[in-house]
This record gives sequence, C-alpha cells and structure tokens, in this order.
Amino acid sequence: MTLTTAPEAAPGTGTAAVDLDGVVKRFGAVTAVDGISLTIRPGEVVALLGPNGAGKTTTVDMLLGLSQPSQGRVAVYGKPPADAVALGLVSAVMQTGGLLKDYTVEETVRLTAVLFGKPRTAVTEALRRAGLTDIGKRLVGKCSGGQQQRLRFAMALLPDPELLILDEPTTGMDVAGRHEFWSAIRDDAARGRTVIFATHYLEEADAYADRVVFVRRGRIVADGTAAEVKALAAGRTVRATLPGATEAALAAIGGVDRAEVRGDTVYLHGNDTDEIARHLLTRTPAKDLEITSRNLEDAFLALTADEETPR
Amino acid sequence: MTTVDLQARNLPKFGGFSPGMIRLELRRMVRNKRTVIFTLVMPAVFFLLFGTGGDYKTERVGGGNVTGYILVSMAVYGAMLATTSGGAMVSIERAAGWSRQLRLTPLRPIAYIAVKLVLAMTIGAVSVAVAFGVGALAGAQLPVSAWILCGLLAWVCALVFAAFGLFMGYLLPSENVMQILGPVLAVLSFAGGLFVPLDELGPTFATIAKFTPVYGVGEIARYPLTHDGNLWLAVLNVLVWTTLFAAGAMWRFRRDTARV
Ligand SMILES: Nc1ncnc2c1ncn2[C@@H]1O[C@H](COP(=O)(O)OP(=O)(O)O)[C@@H](O)[C@H]1O
Ligand SMILES: [Mg+2]
Repeated sequence: MTLTTAPEAAPGTGTAAVDLDGVVKRFGAVTAVDGISLTIRPGEVVALLGPNGAGKTTTVDMLLGLSQPSQGRVAVYGKPPADAVALGLVSAVMQTGGLLKDYTVEETVRLTAVLFGKPRTAVTEALRRAGLTDIGKRLVGKCSGGQQQRLRFAMALLPDPELLILDEPTTGMDVAGRHEFWSAIRDDAARGRTVIFATHYLEEADAYADRVVFVRRGRIVADGTAAEVKALAAGRTVRATLPGATEAALAAIGGVDRAEVRGDTVYLHGNDTDEIARHLLTRTPAKDLEITSRNLEDAFLALTADEETPR
Repeated sequence: MTTVDLQARNLPKFGGFSPGMIRLELRRMVRNKRTVIFTLVMPAVFFLLFGTGGDYKTERVGGGNVTGYILVSMAVYGAMLATTSGGAMVSIERAAGWSRQLRLTPLRPIAYIAVKLVLAMTIGAVSVAVAFGVGALAGAQLPVSAWILCGLLAWVCALVFAAFGLFMGYLLPSENVMQILGPVLAVLSFAGGLFVPLDELGPTFATIAKFTPVYGVGEIARYPLTHDGNLWLAVLNVLVWTTLFAAGAMWRFRRDTARV
C-alpha cells in the first residue's frame, strides 16, 4: 500500500471496498440471498450477523467470486470479485476452506507466498502475526482446529489484502483458541485493514465490529454501529406471573427500562435484573420468576422495531 | 486509511505455474509413503519376483535377455502407476476442499493442471529410473540403445496415464482414489499384455487386448529391444487413449471450475 499526502488524488480513492447492489442468489427453489444492497468503506470492520441459514456464507462466496449472483451486481474495490481475489486485494478465511494434511504449516504458507509472488520474509511475517512461528514444522494433519484456523488466517494475510473476509472463523474453537484468534485479528485490523466477518455470535459482533449488519432470511434487517448493538445486547428480562399488574405501575419499579404485560405474565426489561427481582419478590405477590439474557432473536426484533418507529 | 493503491498489484506470470510450487508439491508427494511404495518400490519388487527366476537371465530376446524384457514391462507398469497417482492427486485435493482454497489465489485452473502433469511425469521418470537401476543390478541385459530408448518411451507414453489419472481424479471425489485405481491398472496391465505375453492368452483375447490402453504403451516401450509387433497400431492405440482421457479430464475440469 502506498501512502500519499493527497488522498483525493490517489488512485482508487473513493472506491468502496465492497459494493453489493440488489444481490439475489437462488439455489433452485431456495432464495438464499434475497436482495442485499450494501456498501462498505475502506477501513471499516463489519460484522455480518445472522442465525444459521441467514445467507452469510452465500454472500461471502459471491464477494469472493466463488459463485455468481442470480441477480444484482457485486464489486470489490470496483472490480469483479474474481479479479480482486487474483490481485490479492481481498482474501478470506472460509468456513469450509480445506487444508492439506501432509503439508507442514510453514510449507502451506510458503505455497501461498509462491502463488502470490511474495518473498520468504512475507512467510515469516505471516507466521509470526498468526502466532504460528513455533509450529511451522508441524504437519497440518497434526494441528488442532484452532491452529488450523490460524493457519488459514496466515494464508489470508499473505497477499497483504486491503479487505479480509472471515466466515464464522471461530466455529469449533475452544475459549482459549477463540481468544487467541481474535486478538490476532484485532491487532491486524488496528493497522487499518478492512475486515468483514460473518458470525452468529452476538458477542463476537459486539466485541470486534465497528458496524453490525444484521442478516436474516437473505435480507438485511438492520445495519447499525457496535454501540447500538451493545445497547441492545445489554440488559436482561425478568419474566414473572403477576395477575392484575399494569404496565405503568411496573415501569415505575427501579431498574425497569421497559415493561410488558401479557395476561397474567409480565416481562420486565432492564440492566439490573437482580434489583428488579428483589423488588418483585419482596414487594409484590409475583411468582415463577425467570431471568433470561436477551438473545439474538430479541436483538433482531428490537432493532427492526426501532427502524419501523421513526426516532 | 482510506486510500487504496490498486495499481501496485500484479498478477503472477503463467497463471501461477512456477518452479516453487512444483518443488513444494514434489516434497509433499515424497512424504506420502503410500505413493512412494506404490510407484517406486512395488514395480521393482514385482520385477525381482517375476523377472529374475528360472532361466530368464540366460534366455535371449532381441539383443538382451528375458529378464531385461520383463524389466521394461515393469518399468512401464511403474511409470503408469506413478503418472496415474500424480494425476489422481486432484481427487484428494478436491475431497479435502483444497481446490476451493486455491481459488482464493491467483493460480489459474489451467496452471494447476500443468503443475499436476509436471509432477506426474517427474515421479514417472523417477519410477522408471529406479526400476532400471534395480534391473541393472539384478541381471537384466539390454543393448545400450535399448536401455535408453525403452526407458524414454516407457516414460513418455505414460502421459496417457497422467491424463487417465486426471480424468479419474475429477470423476471420483475420494480421499483414497488410488485404492480403486491400483487394481484397475493391474487388470488393464494383464489385459494389455504387460504381465503375460499376449500370445499365451489365445487369439480372441489377444485381439481384444489390442484395444485396451496399456497395450500400446507396452508395445512401444519394448520395441527398441524386440523390433517386433505392429508399431503403428501401438502408436494409434496410445494416441486414441490419450485423446479420450484428456477429453474426459477436460470435460470434468470445465464442469468443476464452472462458476455456479
Ligand atoms: N449450494 C446450495 N444449494 C442449495 N441451497 C443452498 C446452497 N448453499 C446454501 N443454501 C441454502 O441457502 C441458505 C443460506 O445458507 P448460508 O449462506 O450457508 O447461510 P449462513 O452462512 O448464514 O448460515 C440456507 O437455507 C442453505 O440451506
Ligand atoms: Mg455460513
């Protein structure tokens, strides 16, 4: 990457990293992606968040030129995705990308370097940044799932891409592996690389993305900052049986942000659910208490509801 | 950072076909014990078992002995196994999802095929060299010209089986494709007169044999020693089978790389 003093005059300035325009992908009767339009600027770290089957991988495949949209247009740095891939502008850690068991870790990265025309020093650097220096001589078949995933990451780093795409990169990793992997990614993103990662973990999107794009059934249902997501993700719900309660009275309880009454059941949303529970149990005849975290579904609903109600 | 220099990036030459990739791939291949046993050890062992007994060393054929004649056949067999497993590597790589990974690099599919062909032919050459080395030590006698020409022809004609391996590699997406292809090659070798001379099989079978893919390679490779048999028929056999297998490989290859 060339640093220039006059960004406006630099080649490619103003070009979006990713530009999806009315993209539809059908597999026979299944519509996996149902009209996604999305622009991602260089330098953004974006989470593509959605439950399994939402169409995240299908979208990623089209971004990488591994499949073609049935309708609509995909451009990566203004180019057809396959060209951007060949030029090393974009690389990816894929959900299903295979590795060969009988290569060593170092050889796998070296092969990638050879293909991208990068020198040996780039291999050493990629191994170091992915935290693989110590196991370079190990056969890939003998590596743990987390190590293999970091190897995929090292391969993705080699072309020094402008855009890095990660498709559910921590699936199948234990907590420690997950932590190590994300700290490697975070260090890397801090250097200004554009990152798009697909995940179905709200916490991952929350912790690592500047921008979160919610996808559901092949459509974008919300698109917001990480802070908005955090606000949604924070807070829990106390459910209780409390006949005769009114929403107004419940909302007055300390710590309650929002109250809902459905028949004899009440739902109280707030950050300090312990406080709410204590109040219910000591000051009211409420019973059958249940405290639940807000899950992804709730976050989806909350965010889409926000969109429908103009602020 | 919002500036992106798109001009600073180039595509590799020759679609990614490079000596560096071939070196790494060779190293990996040699690491695979099954490949080494199949392609280097087995043909030599077969030769020692079937080619050095009885009065084979004293019985003459052309300018050499029967042991030499059997050696050439076994070298053809080895080259065949080697090039087939070289071509069939694509099957293992497809099954492992490696081909998909490679699509995220500048490597063009056609360059990938070229690398596989070079690999197949390289281990084919090593296989022939090992067999001939063992043969020379174990009493095979051939005129100097036959040592050279038979070896070269066994190797060059094994290109048929590199194409065969590729075709099967694209056709059978399996981790252990050679477990299927090994026995197939053995049967073809019998049918093509590589293990047993055709005139011992009876006239009907000998006629059928001429249409099988191993027949041509064997006849051509032994010709510098025997100066016997119908060379043009053998050449025709090799050309037709190479064309068929290459067309098959091309057909599957196109389908494999088609953008879905
Ligand atoms: N090759 C395919 N053929 C048929 N259906 C597919 C194919 N790939 C994905 N789908 C379907 O498309 C939908 C979206 O899948 P996917 O993009 O993998 O979701 P995600 O990655 O968000 O979990 C799913 O219903 C899935 O079954
Ligand atoms: Mg997926």
